[in-house]
Amino acid sequence: MIQEFKKIWKPYTIGMLWLLGLLWPLLGIHPDGTLSFAKTFTVWLYIFAGTAICLALYLMNKSGSLGVISSPLDGVRQNLGRTTSKVPAWVWIVVLLVFALAYPQFTNRYAQDVATNVLIYICLGLGLNIVIGLAGMLDLGYIAFYGVGAYTYALLNLHYGMSFWVCLPFAAFLAMIAGCIIGYPTLRMRGDYLAIVTLGFGEIIRLILENWNEFSFGPSGIANIPRPGFFGVDMSLEAATVYIYFLMIGLVIFTVFVVNRLQNSRIGRAWIALREDEIACQAMGIDKTRTKLTAFALGATWAGMVGVIFAAKTTFINPASFTFLESAIILSIVVLGGMGSIIGVIIGAFILILLPEYLRAFSDFRMLMFGAIMVIMMVFRPGGLIQMPRRTYKFKSESPGDTSHQVATEGGQADFARS
Amino acid sequence: MSALETFLNTDSKSMESILDVKQLTMDFGGLRALDHLDLTVARDEIVALIGPNGAGKTTFFNCITGIYNPTGGDVLISPPGKMSGQRINGIKPNHVTERGMARTFQNIRLFQNMTVLENVMIGRHCRCKSGIAGAIFRPPSTRREEKQIVEDSYEVLEKIGLTQFVNELAKNLPYGAQRRLEIARALATDPFLLLLDEPAAGMNPQETLELDELIVRIRDQEKVSILLIEHDMKLVMSLSDRIYVMDYGKRIAEGTPEEIKNNPVVIKAYLGEDIDA
Repeated sequence: MIQEFKKIWKPYTIGMLWLLGLLWPLLGIHPDGTLSFAKTFTVWLYIFAGTAICLALYLMNKSGSLGVISSPLDGVRQNLGRTTSKVPAWVWIVVLLVFALAYPQFTNRYAQDVATNVLIYICLGLGLNIVIGLAGMLDLGYIAFYGVGAYTYALLNLHYGMSFWVCLPFAAFLAMIAGCIIGYPTLRMRGDYLAIVTLGFGEIIRLILENWNEFSFGPSGIANIPRPGFFGVDMSLEAATVYIYFLMIGLVIFTVFVVNRLQNSRIGRAWIALREDEIACQAMGIDKTRTKLTAFALGATWAGMVGVIFAAKTTFINPASFTFLESAIILSIVVLGGMGSIIGVIIGAFILILLPEYLRAFSDFRMLMFGAIMVIMMVFRPGGLIQMPRRTYKFKSESPGDTSHQVATEGGQADFARS
Repeated sequence: MSALETFLNTDSKSMESILDVKQLTMDFGGLRALDHLDLTVARDEIVALIGPNGAGKTTFFNCITGIYNPTGGDVLISPPGKMSGQRINGIKPNHVTERGMARTFQNIRLFQNMTVLENVMIGRHCRCKSGIAGAIFRPPSTRREEKQIVEDSYEVLEKIGLTQFVNELAKNLPYGAQRRLEIARALATDPFLLLLDEPAAGMNPQETLELDELIVRIRDQEKVSILLIEHDMKLVMSLSDRIYVMDYGKRIAEGTPEEIKNNPVVIKAYLGEDIDA
């Protein structure tokens, strides 16, 4: 008993002391050269008390002494689980959709702006999810395609006055070409090497945008990009914000639809197989080059489309929006949410984009807390919030001798009958 | 089976060889892993390739399935009913599979996080053709194809006897079942020749026995010829029609199990007293 007690509390105490040592230089040393201790200690004491209570609760729960409280809670949770699983999936989708459509009615412009941001990152996350989550290629330069899309719209509009709706497919196409150009030479690489090369390509595109003044107007960027039009109707700023919000809702729905269909298709299976084992995949007759390139190009296409909407939303772009940090955030969304899982990526985007917004209250420690949450997440759920469930097929074998089988898919989309 | 019968049998089969490897050579830098190797597999034949560790057996497999590009020699295939004598060295592994040679791996290489059925469905990949647009819009042709893939894959699982695991993740399968799933996956590509790299490695005697029966069944019912690498001599001797023996990248013997058993060169190089024990 005492041994066990020691085993848990000793590393905990050491960890807390280490945290104290870490916190003091952050909080106790002031730019003017003075030192203070009081603030460090108060912050540290709060953290200490909080974690100690959590740990104690955890230990008590483990030993079963919390049974009085937790067993009714378990019952409630089970009941809840049973009732929620009874409700068909489409009900949830309708509820979500109604909420999303009604959202601008009871929120202000700031909230709508943040929501649009979240939606943008959901789309980017889902796009990158094709490359990383499904095909297993670690792409650290994903933001470059986003930049390609944004600049395509900005420049085409500036020079040729092309409208948003013309530029959207055009930018998607250009981003796809860029994806192929960058994807092709990197196909032989995988893992760490691919990550480094894509990181390099991403930076190259950003540096071109930053330094080629005649082409991209350099760091000063491009301003006065028009918002998307709606059959020539003149819109106020408020209306335009709501309009872009709805546009993003539409794009998210489209993206979810496409990714969902892709991942259970012949191509999607090939991507996942490629992620699992490249050599076996080729030996089973899958064209590695083509499959990889498709994933890369498709991911880039999405980034390009979202880039156009981003440019239209902010009406101003410069290369500072397309730094490596952005790539890292999108990557975090995919990893945190769970690679390959659509719902996971959506939840991941909500957490990672909303968290910094709501943590503004703790402005000093915002990034510290952000980092802590990421670390804790990865320690306790290394596979991400929601792991990709594999599709299951039901086969009802009839009596022996009867060769016909009923095949039903999980979503009930199709009934197969073998003749 | 008398020696004469075996001889005649082998002779008549070699008339329609489906795999013809001529003078295959593979160099890794200064190291010659395969040295002018000749090998043929006839239709409906089970051929074993044996040899001590490091003899170059897996290298041979990698050369004829396109994973390595051989330094010299020819690999010719004659799929039944198609153009004979197609030269396939240097083409990509996926094209080799498309032309009808499927393989398994010495250390199991399943798609761990996919279900058993999906693993087999991957095998059907090269026999289907719906693309991205098909996946997104799901026209009737794609639906039909998907349905066909599921049905065909299930049928393969039925033949191999893995239907009870159909929705299980591949990594959760018992070892013997994983080995059989690899065979099922290869079989799903509709091969005329199946290349098995140590299919019995790590199996217990009972599983080995079942494997023996399974391989014969594949040959007889599916009309698929088999070339296998194996260290389990009992299995090799009972299963194969002909045996090739390799050592240091060279072919040192070829013949029926009886001939190999009594071949002094083989006994010296590899089998030792083991075979009589």
